[in-house]
Amino acid sequence: MLKKVSKIPFSGSPEQEARLKEIIAENCHDKSLLMHVMQQAQNIYGYLPFEVQVMIADGMDIPLEKVYGVSTFYAQFNLTPKGKFNISVCLGTACYVKGSKAVLDKICQVIGIEPGECTPDRHFSIEACRCIGACGLAPVMTINDDVYGKLTVDQIEGILQKYKD
Amino acid sequence: MYRAHVLVCGGTGCTSSNSKKIIDAIEDEIAEKGLADEIKVIQTGCFGLCALGPIMIVYPEGCFYSQVKVEDIPEIVEEHLLKGRPVKRLLYEETVAPDIIKSLNDTAFYKKQKRIALRNCGVIDPESIEEYIAMDGYQALAKCLTELKPEDVIQIVKDSGLRGRGGGGFPTGLKWSFTAKNEADQKYVVCNADEGDPGAFMDRSVLEGDPHCIVEAMTICGYATGATQGYVYVRAEYPIAVKRLSMAIEQAKQAGLLGKNIFNSGFDFDLHIRLGAGAFVCGEETALMTSIEGNRGEPRPRPPYPAVKGLFGKPTTENNVETFSNIPQIILHGAESFASMGTERSKGTKVFALGGKIKNTGLVEIPMGTTLREIIEEIGGGIPNGKKFKAAQTGGPSGGCIPASLIDTEIDYDNLTAIGCMMGSGGLIVMDEDTCMVDIAKFFLDFTVDESCGKCSPCRIGTKRMLELLNKITDGSATMDDLDKLEELAYHVKENSLCGLGQTAPNPVLATLKFFRDEYIAHIVDKKCPAGVCKSLLKYVILEDKCKGCTVCARNCPVGAISGTVKKPHVIDTKKCIKCGACIEKCKFNAIIKK
Repeated sequence: MLKKVSKIPFSGSPEQEARLKEIIAENCHDKSLLMHVMQQAQNIYGYLPFEVQVMIADGMDIPLEKVYGVSTFYAQFNLTPKGKFNISVCLGTACYVKGSKAVLDKICQVIGIEPGECTPDRHFSIEACRCIGACGLAPVMTINDDVYGKLTVDQIEGILQKYKD
Repeated sequence: MYRAHVLVCGGTGCTSSNSKKIIDAIEDEIAEKGLADEIKVIQTGCFGLCALGPIMIVYPEGCFYSQVKVEDIPEIVEEHLLKGRPVKRLLYEETVAPDIIKSLNDTAFYKKQKRIALRNCGVIDPESIEEYIAMDGYQALAKCLTELKPEDVIQIVKDSGLRGRGGGGFPTGLKWSFTAKNEADQKYVVCNADEGDPGAFMDRSVLEGDPHCIVEAMTICGYATGATQGYVYVRAEYPIAVKRLSMAIEQAKQAGLLGKNIFNSGFDFDLHIRLGAGAFVCGEETALMTSIEGNRGEPRPRPPYPAVKGLFGKPTTENNVETFSNIPQIILHGAESFASMGTERSKGTKVFALGGKIKNTGLVEIPMGTTLREIIEEIGGGIPNGKKFKAAQTGGPSGGCIPASLIDTEIDYDNLTAIGCMMGSGGLIVMDEDTCMVDIAKFFLDFTVDESCGKCSPCRIGTKRMLELLNKITDGSATMDDLDKLEELAYHVKENSLCGLGQTAPNPVLATLKFFRDEYIAHIVDKKCPAGVCKSLLKYVILEDKCKGCTVCARNCPVGAISGTVKKPHVIDTKKCIKCGACIEKCKFNAIIKK
């Protein structure tokens, strides 16, 4: 899978680093827990910047190329940050046949970025996601924890307006 | 004792349509009316009828409320729970007869279903081990550990005829016996809950609605095969399932049903959860094990099979969630009872996630051998908006489609394989006449290209080339020669790929080619998309006799492709038109069509 790598500079706080170190210390005895540590790191930073992957590699005593290999292999690991509002449009089969691609295109057109990207002000990010299993509500999108179902293209601008600030 | 129980669905579908807030509202309302000691509110797993969510059932009457809103709660509590008068307006219409309220089991959606794997979903509180035990939970484990030898357990599973529900259909008992006969200092049991097929959600529903059942079944498998450690590999996208499974494991440990010396039998078993990270290929058994070990989830060549050399290089039994969920019932009620259901070579039931262009989207469990017609027309309630049924897609990106002409096919492993389709893990997507089969094949291939792990070249390169050919077909630049190439390449990829992902990736193309070749030809020769889906092949046209010349379309066209004078029919300049559809949406006279 091709991944977009962020050009936005890394900015982590000492607290975040302390929490990551704690998690590494708890899990470094078992190298098979690498993915678990990376998942936790992503919870802390919101994504996996290169600098964080270096810390994990050093802490777990695992080669950096392996950490990078894992982070680029799995769809869940993000190498770009998420916006304040992350929009995720389901492109699972049920949603797709009910027109979710048109919904996604419309959103991209309105906020001016492509799927997998984040706006420079880090306000919106957008992604196409796999089936979230709410097929009864197709087509579905989520904005952070809010779920919008049975969408039509002309609802999009109104919904996005609610998240403008 | 409570005089009434209110069951609210807490599965992912209903949670997405706000069932959490409904539970809060009922609890508040009940407390306010002073009924908290008389009425118990329970959050259950999935009832199956997800299209009508959020769903709520009130016992003892068994009243089935659908599409409940928070605003409806005061009325339901006041009228039904306080005064005993069910609110007919909010009941599922199929259960309302003139003078009685029918049982749910008499409705078309539930009548033909037979719930084994889903038996506790929507019935018990999945977060309570007591409720599971009250439904005979952990009795099968007790029977195994205290009365049966490991080989007896395997024999029962063999006799039941249970086959792997993850898609392949390999006999489960046989799989267990392979691991059992391999000696090793450590063996493992792995539960595959990495349900990656788009449109499939039965494994999630079992984990959310009946997590203890998986804990029990895996422990039984551990006993039968001689494993003392188990791993459940769950998609991280299923937070509710992960939470409930973790709770179940914790509760089982506290109750002594997991851990050391279970039932004083000297048998130890421990369970761990590992979260996936969104890679479809990890649903393949060897890739899944590589992922549990903390690596890129790439498959390994077989042999050696996992029963010989699996997780961490040790003998391993891997089954999927739905397969495990049948085990306790088989042990409790015997192999014969399970084998009495289904067809000759496919026993028991199968859960399908019904989706797409169908009225009752949701989860259904049917005996093997039920026809596709029964599933779609009776259980599913038919196709909405009076459209015609065109095909059903099973098995997701690895499967194929069943065309309308074969709607009377009895669903089981062998019948589906015989028509070039496959059972798959159980996604069943219904398509109507507005669905373009070439576009669907392209959609699935796009998915596999994205998910191919890249380890072997037939899959990595082959699927990509196939997608390019499909793109040529849907944008109108393909020749009949390309169609031959596509078919030839499909067979190459199928035969030469390393793992199940690549070996099955061409299936959607081959199946649509088999049943809908004319649609491919229409795209290639006539440069037309019969279903009106493929954008490049469509033309937007204004019907002269219907156009009133109101100018709305011309004003809304983003590229100025529509021209004409007021009150005279307009025309679209097809060279400028970007086929966005804005004009069709705005036209009040249905004067614009795609052709």
